Amino acid sequence: MKIAVCIKRVPDMEGRFRIAGDGKSVDETGVKFDMSDFDGYAVEAALQITEKQGGEVVVVAVGPDTVQETLRKALSMGAARAVHLKADAVPPDGLAVARALAAELKDGAFDLVLFGKIALDTSAGVVGPMTAELLDLPCVSAASRLEVASGKGTARRELEGAYEMLAFPLPAVVSIDEGIARPRYPSLKGIMAAKKKPLDVKPAQLGEARIAVEKMALPPERGAGRIVGEGPAAVPELVRLLQTEAKVL
Amino acid sequence: MANILAFAEARGGELRKVALEAVTAARTLADATGGGEVHALLVGAPGIAAKAAALGEHGADVVVVVEHPGFERYNPEATAALAAERVRAGAVRAAIFPYSAHGRDLAPRVAAKLGAPIAADVTSIAAQGDALVVTHPGYTGKVIATLKVTGSPVVLSLRAGAVAPEQRPKAGRVETAPPVGDPSASRVVVTELAQGSATKLDLGEAPVIVSGGRGLKAPENFRLVEELAAAFGNAAVGATRAVTDEGWRPHADQIGQTGRWVQPQLYVAVGISGAIQHIAGMRNSRTIVAINKDKEAPIFKVADYGIVGDALEIVPVLTEAVRKAKQGA
Ligand SMILES: Cc1cc2nc3c(=O)[nH]c(=O)nc-3n(C[C@H](O)[C@H](O)[C@H](O)COP(=O)(O)OP(=O)(O)OC[C@H]3O[C@@H](n4cnc5c(N)ncnc54)[C@H](O)[C@@H]3O)c2cc1C
Ligand SMILES: Nc1ncnc2c1ncn2[C@@H]1O[C@H](COP(=O)(O)O)[C@@H](O)[C@H]1O
Repeated sequence: MKIAVCIKRVPDMEGRFRIAGDGKSVDETGVKFDMSDFDGYAVEAALQITEKQGGEVVVVAVGPDTVQETLRKALSMGAARAVHLKADAVPPDGLAVARALAAELKDGAFDLVLFGKIALDTSAGVVGPMTAELLDLPCVSAASRLEVASGKGTARRELEGAYEMLAFPLPAVVSIDEGIARPRYPSLKGIMAAKKKPLDVKPAQLGEARIAVEKMALPPERGAGRIVGEGPAAVPELVRLLQTEAKVL
Repeated sequence: MANILAFAEARGGELRKVALEAVTAARTLADATGGGEVHALLVGAPGIAAKAAALGEHGADVVVVVEHPGFERYNPEATAALAAERVRAGAVRAAIFPYSAHGRDLAPRVAAKLGAPIAADVTSIAAQGDALVVTHPGYTGKVIATLKVTGSPVVLSLRAGAVAPEQRPKAGRVETAPPVGDPSASRVVVTELAQGSATKLDLGEAPVIVSGGRGLKAPENFRLVEELAAAFGNAAVGATRAVTDEGWRPHADQIGQTGRWVQPQLYVAVGISGAIQHIAGMRNSRTIVAINKDKEAPIFKVADYGIVGDALEIVPVLTEAVRKAKQGA
């Protein structure tokens, strides 16, 4: 089983963001970066499959040189090799990113290409299904369970208040939802081994981007809330506020 | 003349609320860009045509109905092929999909087939000359991006709840169309659809959400949360990851960065600490109430109203008070 996993380097979502001076981007000073959450689940899912069935995991990232750090992390988790598709920046147009990924993946003879359900910065969830279309491969998005064997796959997808089971032939593209597997931490041995694993660098063939960021802003602050009171005795006042002030009851 | 296509999502033969939201958004955009037509695309098993009228009432000039047994369950490949074809055939400037589980799957496929740009999970849509300008909460809702999308056609997916369905009746002329290709020949097949209980309101649609966290102490205490939700009458029950990890609640109920993103009128957080990953999924709720025994819990920083104390004591009293208030109303 040969599996490719597309991974993105994104800012740590823990802290507060500041908007940069251009008003169009996030100020990156002092911000930590890491592999996007869902991409970590995808790497873990790929490793578990190849550990059981044999094969190798190849990780691919589009972006500036800094993405190599993220690729190395995946290598230290156990991926066999990495491809850096070099670009000055990742455009906000998912189709451009999908084009670059599809160009790299198309002749790779992969049985499975995995994505995260969404990247946490763009919070879009479009690059996986778009890459699948460009490669003309069957695609399941947001799989919360995935099984692959003898040329076939089954998956589960969570819906609003329901779920569905899907069947598909390999090769295929699958984007990964959280439920699937907790990503492992790289071991010291893994980190040492990763330094010697191959990391190819190629130019990203992004093409034209037709989405541009006009502005970025922080959402309006929530007005400072108040503690209505303590214990069950505070309930009548809460209900009064919900009725008269918030008007939701 | 710029026509706008709205994907009218249905499940199990019923229209979903997000279908009406998409049609409403399409009507507003069509009117703002020179009064083109709104084409609603309604795809389903034979019989789905009966749902066309509601789409006309919400502003569709044309309802394109495609019935085929192969659309009994969601059929991603055949539906994407069909939607792309309708965009081409209908002189469509923009295609609007719900940002739902199925819309998230479908919209990028359609965009790629058309070679069109896609702006996902948008909360507003406006025209600016030849371009469309949309807003989209990115960075787990912590940054609001304004994006300019150029070219035609373009694909947009609309966040659930961002646009309220509005009745603006138009002709809703039904046009029956055949599928593109054979829907029974799709490579990706949905083999089973497991519905949640019919009475259970979906988290994305419920005006009120009552969520429970580890502070409830034991799975059986979720009964208290369910009773509070029942007292509101229009509430769904959510949970934190701590709780879904424990198996107290199904994963589908999880709210947060790696679960559902919701924005109800009222969000009641019971025994929830307010971890950043949880807040990512509920910070856009209109009014937030928190009940937590620790007055330093971070949830109180985003809550409009808080009660400090033992949820196991407070919630039953609140349930009774809400029940009374609802009866009085
Ligand atoms: C990558 C990643 C993704 C994540 N995604 C999500 C996500 O999508 N959604 C999510 O929810 N979490 C997510 N988490 C987990 C998150 O960090 C928190 O661990 C989780 O939200 C905590 O859940 P909790 O509030 O129920 O539990 P706790 O943090 O344990 O809080 C329990 C709270 O209950 C209070 N309490 C205790 N007893 C009582 C009582 N008797 N009455 C009233 N209050 C009481 C306590 O004071 C405490 O504040 C994620 C974490 C990571 C690392
Ligand atoms: N720059 C990138 N490099 C590699 N993979 C990416 C990149 N951007 C997005 N992806 C993949 O596409 C998924 C969805 O991204 P998005 O559509 O931006 O939400 C991510 O989880 C990654 O798997």
